[in-house]
Amino acid sequence: MAKENTPKRTWSKPPLIKNPTIRWIVVIAILAYAIMAFLTIQSSIDPARISKGWPRTVRLLTNFVQPDFFTRIKDIRIGVLESITMTVVSTFVGVILAIPFSLGAARNIAPRPVYLFSRTIIILSRTFPEIVVALLFVVMVGFGPLAGAITLMLATIGFIAKLMAEDIEDIDESQVEAIKATGASWPQMVVYSILPQVLPRFIGLTAYRLDINFRQSAILGIVGAGGIGAVLKTSMSRYDFDTTGAILAIIIAIVLVLEIISGYIRQQVQ
Amino acid sequence: MAQTNNMLEIKNLEKRYKTGDLALSNVTISVPKGEVIALIGPSGAGKSTLIRCVNRLIDPTAGQIILNGEDITKLGGRSLRKARRKMGMIFQEYALVERLSVMENVLSGRLGYVGFWASLMRRYPQSDIDEAFRLLSRVGIDHFADKRADALSGGQRQRVGIARALIQGPDIMLVDEPTASLDPKTARQIMRLIIELAKENNVAAIINIHDVALAKMFVSRIIGLQLGEIVFDGTPDELDEDMLTTIYGEEDWEETIQKVEDEDEEES
Repeated sequence: MAKENTPKRTWSKPPLIKNPTIRWIVVIAILAYAIMAFLTIQSSIDPARISKGWPRTVRLLTNFVQPDFFTRIKDIRIGVLESITMTVVSTFVGVILAIPFSLGAARNIAPRPVYLFSRTIIILSRTFPEIVVALLFVVMVGFGPLAGAITLMLATIGFIAKLMAEDIEDIDESQVEAIKATGASWPQMVVYSILPQVLPRFIGLTAYRLDINFRQSAILGIVGAGGIGAVLKTSMSRYDFDTTGAILAIIIAIVLVLEIISGYIRQQVQ
Repeated sequence: MAQTNNMLEIKNLEKRYKTGDLALSNVTISVPKGEVIALIGPSGAGKSTLIRCVNRLIDPTAGQIILNGEDITKLGGRSLRKARRKMGMIFQEYALVERLSVMENVLSGRLGYVGFWASLMRRYPQSDIDEAFRLLSRVGIDHFADKRADALSGGQRQRVGIARALIQGPDIMLVDEPTASLDPKTARQIMRLIIELAKENNVAAIINIHDVALAKMFVSRIIGLQLGEIVFDGTPDELDEDMLTTIYGEEDWEETIQKVEDEDEEES
């Protein structure tokens, strides 16, 4: 070759942290933390307690595989119906209330004050875990599915509004411009240029949220906010693990059905 | 109230962006009813800004735009939307609402005339629907009425864009690089269609166009914009090599001028 004197140029991926000293300090610190964390847990591992709990574990698992649907059929039916009601109501109301916040929280179409207001509401609704909000509403409106439904509705608003606002911020502006240029009003602009662009995602997210709300409704019962969770908790504390198994099987079945439905819907709207 | 017969008067228009860039300065253009004007100039000269100022998609910082005797720069809200109905816009990348059907896209040109609920439920007056079908068959795509806009080819989409602009019943069409995303043959067909339809409906047009040869071929008045100022306003014949150098900078223009003559022969 002609260019024999050209030195061979090597290349390797530049490291994430350039300074080698800092890089090694970070690596060692992470390792040290992991080891110490393990040692902390290890001290609380008590072989005696584990061996005492072992028969219970075995009973739990054996009962799970032979679930009893019938002993508590009435409670289970009420619980499931309550959960489904909570899910449908909270998803429906929440999604509708989320629409104005979705538009308000999209930087590209909302005036600054509206944007800040909507973002604040979304952040508030997403800050607290559902279970904490549910505890609050149990105090405010009493035990039962109403507390759970309000909780899930608020969570739905935050969830849908945040994700939809991000989708609206990513739309193709030229379509909006074209509709504005025809002399369309603001609501017409939304319906004709924004809605068609975000509708598939809106429907997909709604279906997904329906499925999340059902699963959440199973948890909220544990703090007394209605639904199948209450029945689940009672069966656990009574050591009726066969009933627990039955409830879990029902929850799994419903979640699967919802998953299939929402998957189908998302496929259809694209 | 009209001190002139001109349908559109742009007077001393200035646009300064928030960044401080002066996009347009002292632009004055008179457009008589039904006249088609090509607006040429290098990228960044302010062509798009100028036509977007006319329908106030961009707000000018100074100057006047007088459409049929009314100063558009002073309008807002409802009266601005009413003025926009009289100005149809055609876009470079078609700007059709992709997930709506061809028919819905065309009918969206009537949004300024129908109420919110009627437009939401797609209940347009029969006269609008008749006109939509007439325009679609005029531009040659009436058999695609129920197809989704994103299923169409570039040339077909631009035809939908043209129908959408014309169904507004405009006095002027603002056309932003109508051919820039099209192949040369389709580009000419689209350009010819725009000119023909402007004549048929006695609609004026301002057409932003990169392709100087195409502009010279189709229009009788050309305006050259450079760094936001008008540097040329005349007939295609007056646009010679020196003028092109003024507008675009030093380049060998022999080909461009030559090509136009060849094409003229080919056309006839």
